[in-house]
Amino acid sequence: MRIRLNPRTSQKIAKVVIWSAAILVLFVLFSIIIYILSKGIPNITWQFLTQIPSDMGRSGGILSPIVGTLSVTLVAVIVATPLGVGTAFYLTEYTRESTITKIIRFSAESLAGIPSIVYGLFGFIFFVIYLKLGWSILSGGLTLAVMILPTIIRTSEEAIRTVPPMYREVSFSLGGTKWQTMLKVLGPSALPGISTGIILGIGRCVAETAAVILTAGSALRMPISIFSPARTMAVHFYILAREGISLERAYGTAALLIILILLINIGANLLVNKFVAKGH
Amino acid sequence: MENIKEQDKISIKNLNFYYGKTEVLKDLSLLVKANEILSIFGPANSGTTTLLRTMNRMTELVPGSRIGGEIFLDGHNIHSANVNISELRRKVGMVFEVPAPLPMSIFNNIAYGPRLSGIKNRATLEEIVEKSLQMSVLWDEVKDRLHTSGMSLSGGQQQRLCIARILALNPEVILLDRPCSGLDPVSTSKIEESLRQLKEKITIIIVPHNVQQAGRVADRVAFLLMGNLVEVGITAEVFENPKDKRTSDYITGRFG
Repeated sequence: MRIRLNPRTSQKIAKVVIWSAAILVLFVLFSIIIYILSKGIPNITWQFLTQIPSDMGRSGGILSPIVGTLSVTLVAVIVATPLGVGTAFYLTEYTRESTITKIIRFSAESLAGIPSIVYGLFGFIFFVIYLKLGWSILSGGLTLAVMILPTIIRTSEEAIRTVPPMYREVSFSLGGTKWQTMLKVLGPSALPGISTGIILGIGRCVAETAAVILTAGSALRMPISIFSPARTMAVHFYILAREGISLERAYGTAALLIILILLINIGANLLVNKFVAKGH
Repeated sequence: MENIKEQDKISIKNLNFYYGKTEVLKDLSLLVKANEILSIFGPANSGTTTLLRTMNRMTELVPGSRIGGEIFLDGHNIHSANVNISELRRKVGMVFEVPAPLPMSIFNNIAYGPRLSGIKNRATLEEIVEKSLQMSVLWDEVKDRLHTSGMSLSGGQQQRLCIARILALNPEVILLDRPCSGLDPVSTSKIEESLRQLKEKITIIIVPHNVQQAGRVADRVAFLLMGNLVEVGITAEVFENPKDKRTSDYITGRFG
């Protein structure tokens, strides 16, 4: 026998279930963030931010891991953004649906699901050993670029597809070439979506451990060029916590990582909003 | 082409057009005179929009379309290999059924086409923008807010913005595809007024959203039915004394 609820009761139950789901998620997220920040922030001092780690990280600061994180991420984004956005434009504007586009899309989607340690192994074999780049910021950055490429391709493609088709027609009818239309109409309109993909990519780069430890190494020295090995903050945190070197400093690093990611998100949003506000 | 006369701006010869296997235009020949308003009208799916779009090769954007026959602009075949398609579209501008400002300011909307053609000088652009807006009878309404978004205008204003955008390119021909279909009577009459003024310098081909508009604005009308050109002639003659029974049936509202 089916149980029949009257619509008002079922409405109330639905409301309770949906609200509690949302509150539970918020609670879990905030408690993690607050826990790490409250444990970590007391450890963040001026010295912590400006000194190179000494005694394996037991004392000193985390300046070189900060520099390492930023430079590895920068290399990854500089390499992956033009490739990813270019591929997205190729898929949407320069070709019709065909076997080739299906292969590209299928590969990108498969790549997105691969565990990052596999990228690390690939980067180690290909960039570090085969291309003789050694453990370096360049190897790490290139590996991360390959890793975030699928995300950037997919979000950019999505963003370009949601630009009203009418804009293309209008631009062509005003004598615009395909390239001009992409540059002046499609690009700016799709920018919020494209930048979301890039921000997601940055987040993954900043947080990545497995792929970086195999390709950029874990040197504590200050890197002097993109050919120097480097330790990122995530790797530093992993080593500090895993080898029980200093839990306080691990929390400090983690808190700084969270703050860094928040700042990147806020900054990117401000930039995009400023750009978009001009048109809409 | 010795049989194309001086005053023929556009001459279409034996045009066939297909979307996939569907034949949309059937062996259609039509002359458009310089500085006239020609209205191409007919029921839905009779090929009016397609015919309009063949004239600046916008039909080529549709995958799987095929064209046969010839179209001449000032005696030059628009499909010949040495035609620069961007230049053709600047000469033969187009206004769409749905007003579609680009997501940028009023100023930038109008300066978009000239900029693409290579004009960079700010003063020149400002001059072009003002002149185009005056020609499309929109200047007085927007002159104080040129740098607000084109999307913030009303529907009728947006459509006049689209007309101004074409005028900024100094076109020789303007194609209008039901430019007033979503607009109120006041906006419609403003657009029709600007078309009458533009006729001095420009050849205008319009697909009207109803038969009345064809009667109001056009010097000549062409009646299309199922991809066939049924009748073409001076507006008053076609409306008062149609030669073809199908034309009179359509005009008097017996079908369509």
